[in-house]
Amino acid sequence: MSTDSAPAAEEPDIPAADAAPPSLAALFVAFARMSLAGFGGVLVFARRAIVEQHRWMTADEFNETFALCHFLPGPNIVNLSMVFGARLRGIAGGVAAFAGLLLPPTLIMTVLAIIYARFGDVEVLRHVLAGISCAAVGLLIAVVFRMMTPLLKRMDAAALILMLGVFLAIGVLRLPLQAVLLVAIPISVGATFLLRRKVAA
Amino acid sequence: MNAENPIWALIATFALMSLFAVGGAAAAVPEMHRIAVDVHHWMTDKQFTDAYAIAQLSPGPNVLIVTLIGYAVAGIPGALAATLAMCLPTALVAYCVSRLLNRPSQSRWPGLIQAALVPLSIGLMAASALILAQATDRTFVALLLTAAVAVVASVSRINPLWLLLAGGLLGFAGIV
Repeated sequence: MSTDSAPAAEEPDIPAADAAPPSLAALFVAFARMSLAGFGGVLVFARRAIVEQHRWMTADEFNETFALCHFLPGPNIVNLSMVFGARLRGIAGGVAAFAGLLLPPTLIMTVLAIIYARFGDVEVLRHVLAGISCAAVGLLIAVVFRMMTPLLKRMDAAALILMLGVFLAIGVLRLPLQAVLLVAIPISVGATFLLRRKVAA
Repeated sequence: MNAENPIWALIATFALMSLFAVGGAAAAVPEMHRIAVDVHHWMTDKQFTDAYAIAQLSPGPNVLIVTLIGYAVAGIPGALAATLAMCLPTALVAYCVSRLLNRPSQSRWPGLIQAALVPLSIGLMAASALILAQATDRTFVALLLTAAVAVVASVSRINPLWLLLAGGLLGFAGIV
């Protein structure tokens, strides 16, 4: 398997060491920008901005922060904005990132709601929506692939098997989420514990 | 609308839902559908499907489908109330948990647990992608478009907005 695909090779493993924490305004603007760019979901653009453009986190740090927010209840990108902002600038940073992420798109969405209430049945709009949805799913697949690259580079067999197991259980077998997580989380924590002990020994 | 203020129903519904919505907004969509369409009759089935598509294509987190539901129920105040109710409580929970996990301590468990969640999180995202693809890609051309975007976005650094725009144009032309 080719593990050194182009995107993985280009991504930095070390963030810029001399970077001072961004200002509250910078956090607000950065999250507003990724949010406004985030058609079809913000994850694609959040990863791009945080890991590749600003280099505020490494690919692995991003995965860990995102995974934590993914398993806590609630919309995970919204959680990520709060956690990420708070890591850099305390609670004020969290609020700045949260507000940047939500304020502009909420206003846009409200305008769209008003428009939809009047012109909801335009056939052209429907076709455009369908085309954009197809592309948005493609983008989601690509970001999943990019998040996988740190695991592939390490040839982390246990992690890859667990990942595949969750994918099959939820995506193909359509088992209930809670039941799958109830089984998968203890297994993953146990496997990580054993592997780290082996490495340390 | 009846005399009872629907804003409070929105706030209670979404604040409660968000606290149980493990796995993100995509995982909560079936539950939103059940509540908005089947339980409260806030929207018709078609309105809900349209709201989902609008939330997908407009900028911002996809969870903002609640903004549209809130608007359908109670206008602009409803839109704002639903959005905050869905987003703020869990963001504060996330903040507290992350502080707890990243507190300097001798224990290696916090780091270990966070690392252990990574493969599960990626597996869940992959499953969401598959489920969304099955709902979206009903024709061969649609499937082809999704696959092409996935490949291009994986191997190049093209701005994803261009790919969405291309999808929209193909839709506008009636090809997809």
